[in-house]
Amino acid sequence: MNDQIDPTTEAALAGLREPAPAGLTYATLVAVGLADDYAVMESPVGPLRVAWNGRGVSAVEEAPDDGAFEARFHARTGRLARRRDELPADLARKIERRLAGDRHNRIDLDLRGSTAFERAVWMKALEIPRGEVRPYGWIAREIGRPKAVRAVGTALGHNPVPLIVPCHRVVRSDGMIGQYSLGGPRNKRTILAGEGADPDELETLARAGVRYFGSDTTHIYCLPTCRDARRVTERHLVQFSSTGAASAAGYRPCKHCRPTVEIAA
Amino acid sequence: MMVELDPVTDDARLAARLAHDLDGSFEALVVAHQDRLFTIAFRTGGDRHDAEELVQDCFVRAYRALATYGPERIRELRLRGWLTTILLNAGRNRARVKRVPTTELAFEPGAEPAVDPLTRRDERETWGRLLAGLTPAQRSAVVLRHVDGMSYAEIAEATGRPEGTVKAHVHRGLAALRTALLAAERREREEIPA
Repeated sequence: MNDQIDPTTEAALAGLREPAPAGLTYATLVAVGLADDYAVMESPVGPLRVAWNGRGVSAVEEAPDDGAFEARFHARTGRLARRRDELPADLARKIERRLAGDRHNRIDLDLRGSTAFERAVWMKALEIPRGEVRPYGWIAREIGRPKAVRAVGTALGHNPVPLIVPCHRVVRSDGMIGQYSLGGPRNKRTILAGEGADPDELETLARAGVRYFGSDTTHIYCLPTCRDARRVTERHLVQFSSTGAASAAGYRPCKHCRPTVEIAA
Repeated sequence: MMVELDPVTDDARLAARLAHDLDGSFEALVVAHQDRLFTIAFRTGGDRHDAEELVQDCFVRAYRALATYGPERIRELRLRGWLTTILLNAGRNRARVKRVPTTELAFEPGAEPAVDPLTRRDERETWGRLLAGLTPAQRSAVVLRHVDGMSYAEIAEATGRPEGTVKAHVHRGLAALRTALLAAERREREEIPA
Protein backbone atom coordinates (compact mmCIF):
# COMPACT_ATOMS: atom_id res chain seq x y z
CA MET A 1 0.00 0.00 0.00
CA ASN A 2 1.74 3.09 -1.21
CA ASP A 3 0.67 6.33 0.46
CA GLN A 4 3.55 8.32 -0.99
CA ILE A 5 4.18 9.58 2.53
CA ASP A 6 7.65 10.73 3.47
CA PRO A 7 9.15 9.31 6.67
CA THR A 8 9.16 12.72 8.41
CA THR A 9 5.45 13.26 7.90
CA GLU A 10 4.74 9.65 8.80
CA ALA A 11 6.66 9.98 12.08
CA ALA A 12 5.11 13.37 12.85
CA LEU A 13 1.57 12.05 12.36
CA ALA A 14 2.25 8.91 14.40
CA GLY A 15 3.56 11.24 17.11
CA LEU A 16 0.12 12.85 17.41
CA ARG A 17 -1.26 9.97 19.47
CA GLU A 18 -2.65 11.18 22.77
CA PRO A 19 -3.07 9.08 25.91
CA ALA A 20 -6.60 9.19 27.30
CA PRO A 21 -7.02 11.31 30.45
CA ALA A 22 -6.29 9.43 33.66
CA GLY A 23 -9.87 9.25 34.95
CA LEU A 24 -11.46 8.01 31.75
CA THR A 25 -11.34 4.28 32.52
CA TYR A 26 -13.08 4.57 35.87
CA ALA A 27 -15.59 7.15 34.63
CA THR A 28 -16.48 4.80 31.77
CA LEU A 29 -16.95 1.86 34.12
CA VAL A 30 -19.23 4.04 36.27
CA ALA A 31 -21.18 5.13 33.19
CA VAL A 32 -21.98 1.53 32.23
CA GLY A 33 -22.59 0.44 35.82
CA LEU A 34 -19.50 -1.70 36.41
CA ALA A 35 -18.17 0.60 39.13
CA ASP A 36 -19.69 3.31 41.30
CA ASP A 37 -19.07 6.74 42.73
CA TYR A 38 -20.32 7.79 46.13
CA ALA A 39 -20.55 10.90 48.26
CA VAL A 40 -21.76 11.87 51.70
CA MET A 41 -25.26 13.33 51.96
CA GLU A 42 -26.77 15.00 55.03
CA SER A 43 -30.07 13.54 56.20
CA PRO A 44 -32.46 13.75 59.17
CA VAL A 45 -30.57 10.82 60.71
CA GLY A 46 -27.09 12.18 60.09
CA PRO A 47 -24.59 11.76 57.28
CA LEU A 48 -25.33 8.96 54.81
CA ARG A 49 -23.23 7.58 51.97
CA VAL A 50 -25.01 7.52 48.64
CA ALA A 51 -23.55 5.55 45.70
CA TRP A 52 -24.55 5.83 42.06
CA ASN A 53 -23.56 4.74 38.57
CA GLY A 54 -24.90 5.22 35.04
CA ARG A 55 -27.89 2.99 35.80
CA GLY A 56 -29.01 4.83 38.92
CA VAL A 57 -28.59 5.10 42.68
CA SER A 58 -27.06 1.87 43.96
CA ALA A 59 -26.71 2.37 47.71
CA VAL A 60 -27.78 4.54 50.63
CA GLU A 61 -25.98 3.56 53.79
CA GLU A 62 -25.11 4.67 57.24
CA ALA A 63 -21.44 3.80 57.63
CA PRO A 64 -18.86 4.96 60.18
CA ASP A 65 -16.31 5.84 57.49
CA ASP A 66 -15.37 5.47 53.82
CA GLY A 67 -13.45 2.24 54.37
CA ALA A 68 -16.38 0.53 56.04
CA PHE A 69 -18.76 1.71 53.34
CA GLU A 70 -16.51 0.60 50.49
CA ALA A 71 -15.96 -2.82 52.04
CA ARG A 72 -19.68 -3.37 52.62
CA PHE A 73 -20.53 -2.10 49.13
CA HIS A 74 -18.01 -4.40 47.52
CA ALA A 75 -19.20 -7.38 49.54
CA ARG A 76 -22.79 -6.80 48.40
CA THR A 77 -22.27 -5.78 44.75
CA GLY A 78 -18.80 -7.03 43.84
CA ARG A 79 -18.01 -3.54 42.55
CA LEU A 80 -15.64 -0.78 43.55
CA ALA A 81 -16.92 2.52 44.91
CA ARG A 82 -14.90 5.70 44.70
CA ARG A 83 -15.43 8.67 47.02
CA ARG A 84 -16.36 11.95 45.35
CA ASP A 85 -16.72 15.39 46.91
CA GLU A 86 -20.43 15.61 46.29
CA LEU A 87 -23.42 14.09 44.54
CA PRO A 88 -24.13 15.24 40.98
CA ALA A 89 -26.24 18.39 41.35
CA ASP A 90 -29.32 17.00 39.59
CA LEU A 91 -29.28 13.81 41.65
CA ALA A 92 -28.90 15.76 44.91
CA ARG A 93 -31.85 17.95 43.92
CA LYS A 94 -34.00 14.94 43.03
CA ILE A 95 -33.27 13.18 46.32
CA GLU A 96 -34.02 16.34 48.25
CA ARG A 97 -37.36 16.69 46.48
CA ARG A 98 -38.16 13.03 47.04
CA LEU A 99 -37.44 13.31 50.77
CA ALA A 100 -39.67 16.39 50.85
CA GLY A 101 -42.53 14.20 49.64
CA ASP A 102 -42.51 14.69 45.87
CA ARG A 103 -43.11 11.20 44.50
CA HIS A 104 -43.39 12.29 40.91
CA ASN A 105 -39.78 13.11 40.22
CA ARG A 106 -38.14 10.01 38.88
CA ILE A 107 -34.95 8.74 40.47
CA ASP A 108 -33.31 5.89 38.57
CA LEU A 109 -32.32 3.00 40.82
CA ASP A 110 -29.75 0.29 40.22
CA LEU A 111 -31.32 -2.75 41.85
CA ARG A 112 -29.26 -5.45 40.16
CA GLY A 113 -28.83 -8.54 42.29
CA SER A 114 -32.33 -8.34 43.75
CA THR A 115 -35.17 -10.80 43.22
CA ALA A 116 -38.42 -9.99 41.42
CA PHE A 117 -40.19 -10.37 44.78
CA GLU A 118 -37.87 -7.87 46.47
CA ARG A 119 -38.36 -5.36 43.66
CA ALA A 120 -42.15 -5.78 43.87
CA VAL A 121 -42.01 -5.06 47.63
CA TRP A 122 -39.78 -1.99 47.16
CA MET A 123 -41.87 -0.58 44.33
CA LYS A 124 -44.99 -1.00 46.43
CA ALA A 125 -43.31 0.83 49.34
CA LEU A 126 -42.66 3.70 46.93
CA GLU A 127 -46.44 4.19 46.68
CA ILE A 128 -46.83 5.02 50.37
CA PRO A 129 -47.16 8.80 50.69
CA ARG A 130 -45.01 10.83 53.02
CA GLY A 131 -46.49 11.05 56.51
CA GLU A 132 -48.33 7.74 56.18
CA VAL A 133 -47.47 4.16 57.16
CA ARG A 134 -48.67 0.73 56.06
CA PRO A 135 -48.29 -2.64 57.75
CA TYR A 136 -46.12 -5.43 56.26
CA GLY A 137 -49.30 -7.41 55.59
CA TRP A 138 -50.63 -4.57 53.44
CA ILE A 139 -47.62 -4.81 51.13
CA ALA A 140 -47.92 -8.59 51.01
CA ARG A 141 -51.55 -8.39 49.95
CA GLU A 142 -51.04 -5.54 47.51
CA ILE A 143 -48.36 -7.45 45.60
CA GLY A 144 -50.54 -10.53 45.46
CA ARG A 145 -48.62 -12.59 48.03
CA PRO A 146 -50.86 -12.25 51.11
CA LYS A 147 -49.12 -15.03 53.01
CA ALA A 148 -45.60 -13.70 52.46
CA VAL A 149 -45.71 -11.19 55.33
CA ARG A 150 -42.43 -12.35 56.85
CA ALA A 151 -40.71 -12.34 53.45
CA VAL A 152 -41.91 -8.76 52.95
CA GLY A 153 -40.14 -7.81 56.19
CA THR A 154 -36.95 -9.51 55.01
CA ALA A 155 -37.12 -7.81 51.61
CA LEU A 156 -37.55 -4.41 53.23
CA GLY A 157 -34.53 -5.16 55.42
CA HIS A 158 -32.53 -5.72 52.23
CA ASN A 159 -33.60 -2.45 50.63
CA PRO A 160 -30.29 -1.09 49.26
CA VAL A 161 -31.64 2.46 48.91
CA PRO A 162 -33.50 3.31 52.13
CA LEU A 163 -35.06 6.77 52.36
CA ILE A 164 -35.33 6.90 48.55
CA VAL A 165 -37.41 3.70 48.71
CA PRO A 166 -39.28 4.56 51.92
CA CYS A 167 -39.21 1.23 53.74
CA HIS A 168 -39.40 3.30 56.95
CA ARG A 169 -43.09 3.79 56.11
CA VAL A 170 -43.80 0.09 56.56
CA VAL A 171 -44.56 -0.93 60.14
CA ARG A 172 -45.33 -4.11 62.03
CA SER A 173 -48.69 -5.68 61.49
CA ASP A 174 -49.61 -5.07 65.14
CA GLY A 175 -49.14 -1.36 64.57
CA MET A 176 -45.79 -1.07 66.37
CA ILE A 177 -43.05 0.79 64.48
CA GLY A 178 -40.67 -2.17 64.19
CA GLN A 179 -37.18 -2.69 62.84
CA TYR A 180 -35.22 -0.55 60.42
CA SER A 181 -32.20 -1.38 58.27
CA LEU A 182 -30.75 2.12 58.15
CA GLY A 183 -29.12 2.31 61.57
CA GLY A 184 -31.96 0.78 63.63
CA PRO A 185 -35.47 1.60 64.93
CA ARG A 186 -34.50 4.92 66.50
CA ASN A 187 -33.77 6.29 63.02
CA LYS A 188 -37.09 4.97 61.75
CA ARG A 189 -38.91 6.94 64.46
CA THR A 190 -36.90 10.08 63.71
CA ILE A 191 -37.65 9.89 59.99
CA LEU A 192 -41.36 9.17 60.49
CA ALA A 193 -41.69 12.02 63.00
CA GLY A 194 -39.97 14.32 60.52
CA GLU A 195 -42.51 13.31 57.89
CA GLY A 196 -45.46 14.05 60.16
CA ALA A 197 -46.34 10.51 61.25
CA ASP A 198 -45.89 10.63 65.04
CA PRO A 199 -44.52 7.20 66.02
CA ASP A 200 -45.48 7.57 69.71
CA GLU A 201 -49.05 8.39 68.83
CA LEU A 202 -49.20 5.46 66.40
CA GLU A 203 -47.94 3.04 69.03
CA THR A 204 -50.34 4.39 71.66
CA LEU A 205 -53.22 3.66 69.29
CA ALA A 206 -51.76 0.24 68.50
CA ARG A 207 -51.50 -0.66 72.18
CA ALA A 208 -55.09 0.43 72.70
CA GLY A 209 -56.11 -2.03 69.98
CA VAL A 210 -57.15 0.66 67.50
CA ARG A 211 -56.34 -0.41 63.93
CA TYR A 212 -58.73 1.67 61.79
CA PHE A 213 -60.38 5.06 61.76
CA GLY A 214 -63.81 5.62 60.29
CA SER A 215 -65.95 8.63 59.53
CA ASP A 216 -69.56 8.50 60.66
CA THR A 217 -70.55 10.90 57.89
CA THR A 218 -69.05 8.99 54.94
CA HIS A 219 -69.12 5.51 56.53
CA ILE A 220 -65.68 4.84 55.12
CA TYR A 221 -62.86 3.37 57.22
CA CYS A 222 -59.10 3.90 56.74
CA LEU A 223 -55.71 3.05 58.12
CA PRO A 224 -55.02 5.65 60.84
CA THR A 225 -52.37 7.61 58.87
CA CYS A 226 -54.36 7.79 55.62
CA ARG A 227 -54.76 11.39 54.50
CA ASP A 228 -58.52 10.85 54.29
CA ALA A 229 -58.69 9.64 57.89
CA ARG A 230 -56.80 12.68 59.07
CA ARG A 231 -59.32 15.00 57.53
CA VAL A 232 -62.09 13.57 59.70
CA THR A 233 -62.91 15.88 62.63
CA GLU A 234 -62.76 14.40 66.11
CA ARG A 235 -66.54 14.61 66.48
CA HIS A 236 -67.08 12.28 63.53
CA LEU A 237 -64.14 9.94 64.10
CA VAL A 238 -64.94 6.30 64.88
CA GLN A 239 -62.31 3.79 65.94
CA PHE A 240 -62.31 0.11 64.96
CA SER A 241 -60.21 -2.81 66.13
CA SER A 242 -60.80 -4.98 63.06
CA THR A 243 -62.07 -4.85 59.50
CA GLY A 244 -64.84 -7.18 60.66
CA ALA A 245 -66.02 -4.65 63.24
CA ALA A 246 -65.93 -1.88 60.62
CA SER A 247 -67.92 -3.94 58.10
CA ALA A 248 -70.41 -5.01 60.76
CA ALA A 249 -70.98 -1.32 61.51
CA GLY A 250 -71.74 -0.74 57.83
CA TYR A 251 -68.46 0.92 56.85
CA ARG A 252 -66.69 0.32 53.55
CA PRO A 253 -62.89 0.38 53.06
CA CYS A 254 -61.18 3.55 51.77
CA LYS A 255 -60.08 3.40 48.15
CA HIS A 256 -56.88 5.32 48.85
CA CYS A 257 -55.30 3.36 51.71
CA ARG A 258 -57.12 0.08 50.91
CA PRO A 259 -57.31 -1.19 54.53
CA THR A 260 -58.94 -4.51 53.70
CA VAL A 261 -56.24 -6.72 55.11
CA GLU A 262 -56.85 -7.88 58.66
CA ILE A 263 -54.23 -6.53 61.02
CA ALA A 264 -53.22 -8.61 64.01
CA ALA A 265 -54.74 -7.56 67.29
CA MET B 1 0.41 5.46 28.75
CA MET B 2 -0.06 4.28 25.20
CA VAL B 3 -1.06 0.67 24.85
CA GLU B 4 0.44 -0.87 21.75
CA LEU B 5 -1.80 -3.45 20.24
CA ASP B 6 -1.28 -6.26 17.89
CA PRO B 7 -4.64 -5.41 16.42
CA VAL B 8 -5.63 -8.78 15.09
CA THR B 9 -4.65 -11.27 17.79
CA ASP B 10 -5.24 -8.97 20.78
CA ASP B 11 -8.68 -7.98 19.55
CA ALA B 12 -9.61 -11.56 18.76
CA ARG B 13 -8.59 -12.61 22.25
CA LEU B 14 -10.48 -9.67 23.75
CA ALA B 15 -13.60 -10.47 21.72
CA ALA B 16 -13.47 -14.06 22.95
CA ARG B 17 -13.23 -12.85 26.55
CA LEU B 18 -16.12 -10.41 26.06
CA ALA B 19 -18.25 -13.15 24.53
CA HIS B 20 -17.59 -15.29 27.58
CA ASP B 21 -17.96 -12.61 30.30
CA LEU B 22 -18.95 -9.10 29.23
CA ASP B 23 -18.96 -7.48 32.67
CA GLY B 24 -15.74 -9.18 33.71
CA SER B 25 -13.83 -8.18 30.55
CA PHE B 26 -15.24 -4.79 29.66
CA GLU B 27 -12.56 -2.94 31.62
CA ALA B 28 -9.92 -4.69 29.50
CA LEU B 29 -11.67 -3.43 26.36
CA VAL B 30 -11.67 0.13 27.72
CA VAL B 31 -8.01 -0.02 28.69
CA ALA B 32 -7.01 -1.54 25.35
CA HIS B 33 -8.85 1.00 23.17
CA GLN B 34 -9.28 4.22 25.14
CA ASP B 35 -5.96 5.79 24.04
CA ARG B 36 -6.55 5.24 20.34
CA LEU B 37 -10.20 6.32 20.52
CA PHE B 38 -9.24 9.40 22.50
CA THR B 39 -6.58 10.20 19.91
CA ILE B 40 -9.09 9.90 17.07
CA ALA B 41 -11.70 11.97 18.91
CA PHE B 42 -9.20 14.64 19.92
CA ARG B 43 -7.44 14.87 16.55
CA THR B 44 -10.64 14.99 14.54
CA GLY B 45 -12.58 17.21 16.96
CA GLY B 46 -9.95 19.42 18.52
CA ASP B 47 -11.20 19.76 22.10
CA ARG B 48 -9.90 17.57 24.93
CA HIS B 49 -13.02 17.78 27.05
CA ASP B 50 -15.34 16.97 24.14
CA ALA B 51 -13.05 14.11 23.14
CA GLU B 52 -13.20 12.65 26.63
CA GLU B 53 -17.00 12.78 26.68
CA LEU B 54 -17.19 11.34 23.21
CA VAL B 55 -14.98 8.36 24.08
CA GLN B 56 -17.05 7.65 27.17
CA ASP B 57 -20.22 7.90 25.12
CA CYS B 58 -18.71 5.51 22.59
CA PHE B 59 -17.92 2.91 25.25
CA VAL B 60 -21.41 3.21 26.77
CA ARG B 61 -22.95 2.57 23.34
CA ALA B 62 -20.57 -0.33 22.80
CA TYR B 63 -21.45 -1.85 26.17
CA ARG B 64 -25.18 -1.57 25.53
CA ALA B 65 -24.79 -3.17 22.12
CA LEU B 66 -22.62 -5.99 23.46
CA ALA B 67 -25.19 -6.66 26.18
CA THR B 68 -27.74 -7.47 23.46
CA TYR B 69 -25.39 -9.54 21.23
CA GLY B 70 -25.04 -13.28 21.53
CA PRO B 71 -21.59 -14.80 22.21
CA GLU B 72 -21.13 -15.87 18.58
CA ARG B 73 -21.68 -12.37 17.29
CA ILE B 74 -19.32 -10.83 19.87
CA ARG B 75 -16.58 -13.34 19.08
CA GLU B 76 -16.71 -12.38 15.42
CA LEU B 77 -16.51 -8.63 16.01
CA ARG B 78 -13.47 -6.79 14.69
CA LEU B 79 -13.30 -4.55 17.72
CA ARG B 80 -10.94 -1.92 16.33
CA GLY B 81 -13.13 -1.03 13.37
CA TRP B 82 -16.37 -1.62 15.26
CA LEU B 83 -15.45 0.81 18.05
CA THR B 84 -14.21 3.34 15.51
CA THR B 85 -17.56 3.26 13.71
CA ILE B 86 -19.40 3.82 17.01
CA LEU B 87 -17.07 6.70 17.87
CA LEU B 88 -17.49 8.40 14.51
CA ASN B 89 -21.29 8.01 14.59
CA ALA B 90 -21.48 9.31 18.15
CA GLY B 91 -19.32 12.25 17.09
CA ARG B 92 -21.62 13.04 14.18
CA ASN B 93 -24.73 12.92 16.39
CA ARG B 94 -23.05 15.11 18.94
CA ALA B 95 -21.98 17.66 16.32
CA ARG B 96 -25.56 17.77 15.08
CA VAL B 97 -26.93 18.30 18.56
CA LYS B 98 -24.37 20.92 19.50
CA ARG B 99 -24.52 22.55 16.06
CA VAL B 100 -20.87 23.38 16.19
CA PRO B 101 -19.73 23.84 12.61
CA THR B 102 -16.57 21.80 12.15
CA THR B 103 -15.24 24.47 9.80
CA GLU B 104 -14.72 26.60 12.91
CA LEU B 105 -11.60 24.56 13.45
CA ALA B 106 -10.31 25.28 9.98
CA PHE B 107 -6.74 26.40 9.80
CA GLU B 108 -6.45 29.74 8.08
CA PRO B 109 -2.82 30.63 7.43
CA GLY B 110 -3.57 34.34 7.25
CA ALA B 111 -5.34 34.35 10.61
CA GLU B 112 -2.54 32.57 12.46
CA PRO B 113 -0.96 34.59 15.20
CA ALA B 114 2.74 35.23 14.71
CA VAL B 115 4.63 32.21 15.99
CA ASP B 116 7.39 32.81 18.45
CA PRO B 117 10.52 31.27 16.89
CA LEU B 118 11.34 29.62 20.23
CA THR B 119 8.02 27.78 20.52
CA ARG B 120 7.67 26.93 16.84
CA ARG B 121 9.77 23.89 17.56
CA ASP B 122 6.81 22.33 19.27
CA GLU B 123 6.32 20.00 16.36
CA ARG B 124 3.29 18.21 17.74
CA GLU B 125 1.44 21.45 18.18
CA THR B 126 2.29 22.53 14.65
CA TRP B 127 1.16 19.23 13.17
CA GLY B 128 -1.98 19.26 15.27
CA ARG B 129 -2.80 22.69 13.88
CA LEU B 130 -2.03 21.64 10.34
CA LEU B 131 -4.29 18.64 10.73
CA ALA B 132 -7.10 20.87 12.00
CA GLY B 133 -6.85 22.77 8.72
CA LEU B 134 -7.98 19.81 6.62
CA THR B 135 -11.57 19.23 5.58
CA PRO B 136 -13.40 16.92 8.01
CA ALA B 137 -13.32 14.01 5.54
CA GLN B 138 -9.61 14.40 4.83
CA ARG B 139 -8.82 14.91 8.49
CA SER B 140 -10.58 11.78 9.70
CA ALA B 141 -9.07 9.73 6.86
CA VAL B 142 -5.53 10.93 7.65
CA VAL B 143 -6.03 10.46 11.40
CA LEU B 144 -7.39 6.92 11.00
CA ARG B 145 -4.70 5.90 8.50
CA HIS B 146 -1.56 7.64 9.78
CA VAL B 147 -2.17 8.59 13.42
CA ASP B 148 -4.10 5.48 14.44
CA GLY B 149 -2.63 3.17 11.81
CA MET B 150 -5.73 1.44 10.50
CA SER B 151 -5.57 -0.23 7.09
CA TYR B 152 -7.57 1.18 4.16
CA ALA B 153 -9.86 -1.84 4.27
CA GLU B 154 -10.54 -1.25 7.97
CA ILE B 155 -11.18 2.46 7.42
CA ALA B 156 -13.50 1.74 4.50
CA GLU B 157 -15.50 -0.66 6.67
CA ALA B 158 -15.53 1.65 9.68
CA THR B 159 -16.59 4.76 7.78
CA GLY B 160 -18.86 3.07 5.25
CA ARG B 161 -16.96 4.74 2.40
CA PRO B 162 -15.45 2.95 -0.59
CA GLU B 163 -11.77 2.18 -0.18
CA GLY B 164 -10.93 4.33 -3.23
CA THR B 165 -12.64 7.34 -1.66
CA VAL B 166 -10.75 6.85 1.60
CA LYS B 167 -7.45 6.62 -0.31
CA ALA B 168 -8.29 9.82 -2.19
CA HIS B 169 -9.09 11.62 1.07
CA VAL B 170 -5.80 10.50 2.61
CA HIS B 171 -3.88 11.41 -0.53
CA ARG B 172 -5.38 14.91 -0.77
CA GLY B 173 -5.10 15.37 2.97
CA LEU B 174 -1.36 14.60 2.91
CA ALA B 175 -0.87 16.95 -0.04
CA ALA B 176 -2.72 19.71 1.81
CA LEU B 177 -0.57 19.07 4.90
CA ARG B 178 2.62 19.39 2.84
CA THR B 179 1.45 22.66 1.30
CA ALA B 180 0.40 24.06 4.65
CA LEU B 181 3.68 23.00 6.24
CA LEU B 182 5.72 24.69 3.53
CA ALA B 183 3.64 27.85 3.91
CA ALA B 184 4.11 27.81 7.68
CA GLU B 185 7.86 27.32 7.34
CA ARG B 186 8.10 30.12 4.80
CA ARG B 187 6.22 32.43 7.15
CA GLU B 188 8.49 31.54 10.04
CA ARG B 189 11.60 32.26 7.96
CA GLU B 190 10.23 35.62 7.01
CA GLU B 191 9.50 36.45 10.66
CA ILE B 192 13.04 35.76 11.80
CA PRO B 193 14.97 39.01 11.56
CA ALA B 194 17.99 38.78 9.31
